[in-house]
Amino acid sequence: MYASAQTVVRPCSENKLLISELETNSCPFLKKSIYGWTLINMDRLDKDILNRIQSKFPVTSRPFKVLGEEFSISEAAMIRRVERLVSDGYIRRLGASFDSKRLGFTSTLCAARVPSEKLEDFVDVLHSYQGITHNYRRVHEYNIWFTFIGESKEEILNNLADISKKTGIRDILNLPAKKSFKINVEFEI
Amino acid sequence: MFLSDLDKKIIREIQTDLSITPEPFLEIARRLDIPEETLLSKIQDLIDNGYIRRLGATLRHRRLGINANAMSVWMGSHKEVERAGTIMASFKEVTHCYERCTLPAWKYNLYAMIHGKTKEGCFEIARRISERTGLKEYKLLFSTEEFKKTSMEYF
Repeated sequence: MYASAQTVVRPCSENKLLISELETNSCPFLKKSIYGWTLINMDRLDKDILNRIQSKFPVTSRPFKVLGEEFSISEAAMIRRVERLVSDGYIRRLGASFDSKRLGFTSTLCAARVPSEKLEDFVDVLHSYQGITHNYRRVHEYNIWFTFIGESKEEILNNLADISKKTGIRDILNLPAKKSFKINVEFEI
Repeated sequence: MFLSDLDKKIIREIQTDLSITPEPFLEIARRLDIPEETLLSKIQDLIDNGYIRRLGATLRHRRLGINANAMSVWMGSHKEVERAGTIMASFKEVTHCYERCTLPAWKYNLYAMIHGKTKEGCFEIARRISERTGLKEYKLLFSTEEFKKTSMEYF
């Protein structure tokens, strides 16, 4: 069953990404030209493939053959391109995304007010919970914003109380959704 | 549709990475010791019944030039929010839109994640949303650091 929050500990450094680095010229994936920013190592076909495979991945025995046929390239060529898009870091994951509510889980958005000297410790504690899937620093007095998925509201509330106890951070807002108007994380490249 | 133990095993397999090989589903079917056709039809059932929202690639959008990510938060009556949420959802730059509970310390009740190429672009989209929805009280919270971005591991 669902792994308990305490048993799964992931190092946060792996996923840590300084956005300011990416917004400057140092981003290795963007090249500035007279036409503006362009993506290195990517042609129109790569972009079309990215636009195609964000959803409706063929549920069939030879999915890359089917995708290849759509673009008039061979199965092997399609596999090579998708492999490269993964190894170049454009694709984070190829798999299924679920409706957590439909699976019987509950989710919420939380905001915490954390002084800078306690930030690192607080983030480390947060990341020891497997259900915390997204965590951002934002420019606001509530400076840490994270999503929390759990098996029940009670589990999330208990975990938030534990986090407060462990870190001394008391000011955490729990802002569960009342209604969802849209979830669509597909991007047109 | 009730989730069986086999369904949960399948979910565990496909919530991580499919292998980029000619027969990725056959590999999973072998691990689960079921025929490939059974696996394919079970996955199709999970899609048709709304358990799987999307099967495909999740992009690192920042690497693709979509660098600015603003959480816009808005304030309105329940009735205003009903209408505004639908309008916000129609913007292609908005990836997520939710009505959320409020607290004494936090009065904003409608949220829209705006993705753009620049901060200015995000402000411009928010301005257009404000015009279209009539909601005047809003804020954009830009992210300055991404500490964690993963997919949930269920079961």
